[in-house]
Amino acid sequence: MSKLKTLQIGDKLPEREHYATNVSLFLYNAAIWNPHRIHYDERYTTEVEQHPGVIIDGPLQGDWLTQVVINWLGDDGQLVEFEYSNRRASMLGETLTAGGTVTTIDGNSVTLDIFIRNEAGDITSPGSAIVQMNS
Amino acid sequence: MTQLITDEIRTWIGRAEQPIRFEVSRRDIVKYSLATEQCDEKYLRGDEAPPMFLFGADRPPTAIQDLGPDGLRQDPLLPDLPLKRVMAGGVKQRHFHPIRPGDVLLIARSITDIYEKHGSSGALIFVVYNISVTTEDGVLVMQQTQSRIVR
Repeated sequence: MSKLKTLQIGDKLPEREHYATNVSLFLYNAAIWNPHRIHYDERYTTEVEQHPGVIIDGPLQGDWLTQVVINWLGDDGQLVEFEYSNRRASMLGETLTAGGTVTTIDGNSVTLDIFIRNEAGDITSPGSAIVQMNS
Repeated sequence: MTQLITDEIRTWIGRAEQPIRFEVSRRDIVKYSLATEQCDEKYLRGDEAPPMFLFGADRPPTAIQDLGPDGLRQDPLLPDLPLKRVMAGGVKQRHFHPIRPGDVLLIARSITDIYEKHGSSGALIFVVYNISVTTEDGVLVMQQTQSRIVR
């Protein structure tokens, strides 16, 4: 049975925890060719740019937001559109959780609220997504 | 409250770069997918690119001697702002076609807005870009709005 037939507004997407490390941030920034020192140089980041610690890339968190939707969807539809806003910086060492909720169902088009939440329970990157689901 | 954005800075709204030609390789997709801990096998095999794969592809790789003290290149599509520390803001993105190995894409970037906000953490300048990804035949693949925060 397709996921759409049983879907209800308010349904929660399975949450996923992400714990970035020096190695994972290095690999991500190498993959997108981003040499910004706030993602790997702790002394520069804290002393010059005055962040509390090495910054977890905002777009990496954006990627995690797309994954929480895609992994929930599986073969039951396609991610068509998404948006997010990095409202608060997150630092290396933080465990971040990606999740989401179904907000509207209009035929095969489903809208979701998505979020990145930090360990304190604050939503640091809110967003939304539109998926086109299979019948 | 001091206004940070001058008339000269506002003239940058609407400016655009020549599109960048980007050849999609399976190896690059696989590297990105592993680095972002994708679960879907089509991404891990490199059969298709994850949605955020092209982030940063609108800016060409730069020689090390041309990077600034923060590690970033001097962006020709960023005006000289009174604030200097740059961070990623938000993204809005719509997909029209999947991106696969062998695709040759044209990535075009333009500035659509520059505005400032003053909050408890101080002043922030937002530079908003429109990024349009097409095939060489002009077929729209992806449309993205991306903001950079300068503080």
